[in-house]
Amino acid sequence: MARITMREAISQALWEEMERDPSVFILGEEVGVWGGTYAVTKGFYDHFGPERVRDTPIAESGIIGAAIGAALTGLRPVAELMTINFAFSAMDHIVNQAAKLHYMFGGQMVLPLVIRAVGGGGRQLGATHSQTPDAIFAHFPGLKVVAPGTPADAKGLLKSAIRSNDPILFIEHATLYQMRGEVPEGDYTIPIGKSTVQRAGKDVTIVTYSKMLEISLKAAEQLSKEGIEVEIVDLRTLRPLDMDPVLESFKKTNRAVIVEEGWKSYGVGAEIAARIYEEAFDYVDAPIRRVAQKEVPLPYNRTLEQMALPKVEDVVQAVREVLNG
Amino acid sequence: MEKDEYLRMYKEMVIIRRLEERSAELYQQGKIGGFLHLYIGQEAVSTGLISARKPQDRVITAYRDHGVAINCGLSAREVMAELLGKATGCSKGKGGSMHLADVTKNFWGGHAIVGAHLPIATGLALGDAYTGQKNVTICMFGDGATNIGYFHEALNMSKIWNLPVLWVCENNQYGMGTAVERASAVSEIIQKAQAYGMPSRRVDGMDVVAMRQAAEEMIEAIREGAGPMLMEAMTYRFRGHSMGDPERYRKPEEVHRYQENDPIGIFRQYLQENGIATEEALNQLDDEAEAIVEDAVQFAEASPEPQPHELFEHIYVEA
Repeated sequence: MARITMREAISQALWEEMERDPSVFILGEEVGVWGGTYAVTKGFYDHFGPERVRDTPIAESGIIGAAIGAALTGLRPVAELMTINFAFSAMDHIVNQAAKLHYMFGGQMVLPLVIRAVGGGGRQLGATHSQTPDAIFAHFPGLKVVAPGTPADAKGLLKSAIRSNDPILFIEHATLYQMRGEVPEGDYTIPIGKSTVQRAGKDVTIVTYSKMLEISLKAAEQLSKEGIEVEIVDLRTLRPLDMDPVLESFKKTNRAVIVEEGWKSYGVGAEIAARIYEEAFDYVDAPIRRVAQKEVPLPYNRTLEQMALPKVEDVVQAVREVLNG
Repeated sequence: MEKDEYLRMYKEMVIIRRLEERSAELYQQGKIGGFLHLYIGQEAVSTGLISARKPQDRVITAYRDHGVAINCGLSAREVMAELLGKATGCSKGKGGSMHLADVTKNFWGGHAIVGAHLPIATGLALGDAYTGQKNVTICMFGDGATNIGYFHEALNMSKIWNLPVLWVCENNQYGMGTAVERASAVSEIIQKAQAYGMPSRRVDGMDVVAMRQAAEEMIEAIREGAGPMLMEAMTYRFRGHSMGDPERYRKPEEVHRYQENDPIGIFRQYLQENGIATEEALNQLDDEAEAIVEDAVQFAEASPEPQPHELFEHIYVEA
């Protein structure tokens, strides 16, 4: 097993799938000659050529619409949105088209489509380029939403997504690209729609995903020094949502903290908390806490931005609260 | 063109007309729900256009799609059953009037968000270009769709990638109730194609023979690699935008003037004047069309409702 970055893991998944299946191709802004704005597709253009690594105009609806059409013909497009904030320009094609066509036409249209989008705050990009709107997309039946938190999961889930026959939004976090981790080489897949325990513990269940997994793991280390052992469940896929590992863990710990980077209102934490209350109410020993972004558009100023984003101390504090509650 | 082909096209136009008239009745009886957009008055556009395609050519259109479905070879039965929301409908009763499709006949829908299917058409053509198949994608839309961003994104992409798309604007002169002149900076839609360096042509959309001829020429040129083109078919809808249209935006005299240029009447006269068909032969086709539509209505009414478990089917391919 090699120790590689998240960027390399995603790049590997794309490269390997393109090598094994000629119907897989990439399209998006600056994916080709430039090599990808986050350098994920660096070297692809020279190796696979302009037809399979297709630079597009800056036209997000056009990109996702074209990817949908190509998918309908049986190809497996991987459309890249430079950032998930630009997905709002393609909202109609993501939620009104990609998420609907299979159902609305009685199953006759099939879309093996992956949309890769980079999200997350913390890079001083200002309010329009820093959002974590994952929950919005997870709202729509018909779309699958995947958001990995480790390099290994990123590779395994992206390969599965590319082989899937459903439309999948694959959300990468911009500040995780440099994260390193052990990644199996070669044909390595992880099923879409499976949550997993990333750290075993007995005292409190933390439910999280993507960038907040890293934050939660750091909080867990700190808490461990105080003798508190948290169990961390990584959702990995937001829709379809696999609650089994969450409920299993909660029935053991009876206490939960949900950590997400997006806003708390109507968010992932709201959904998970409601599901725990609905499905495991008898096991609740303390009110469930949510750690999330402050309810503001993210500011440019570094100090203010960091104040708004969930931090390790916020998670530690929330865990202490549920233990005392 | 062979005589039989003329007669087939004539009969198809009459089937569409009767199907739409019966749909209006069924809508008023409450048997068809939702929105209903009738194709009456525009039959020559899609009949002439789609008669010029090869079976491997893809067709995609907007929500005024009943006629296009018939022209693509869907049966009146499965169209009517879909309008009635029945399990035997072409979309299993889940799509309704605005979402007819049969991908086995290369009819890729019926799309209800104005303009949103244009980028999808680009993608269909991109798929064919990628695999090296010499298919043409025919994408139909109304004049109203040319004012939304999707139109411009899609036309631009199709041109820079030289994709085999025939863009067909059905200019029926109103986007819902707003006249073209009030909604579009240029009232000739072909000018918008010129902005993308795209060959374009205005055609009399009330003349099915003119439509057929123009479509043949443009489709074959595109198939041979000429790149995307735009056709503007000048037409007129005889009924309101949908069934709930108060029609305050146009005068009855204007509607009557166009109704005198009924595309079916024009074609009927053409067939007789050119010795292609006698009045008796055309009356016979009218009767056959009427019978097909009546059979379709009976079939649809007798068809079962979708089963409750179908509510949860086809959300995903893989659960």
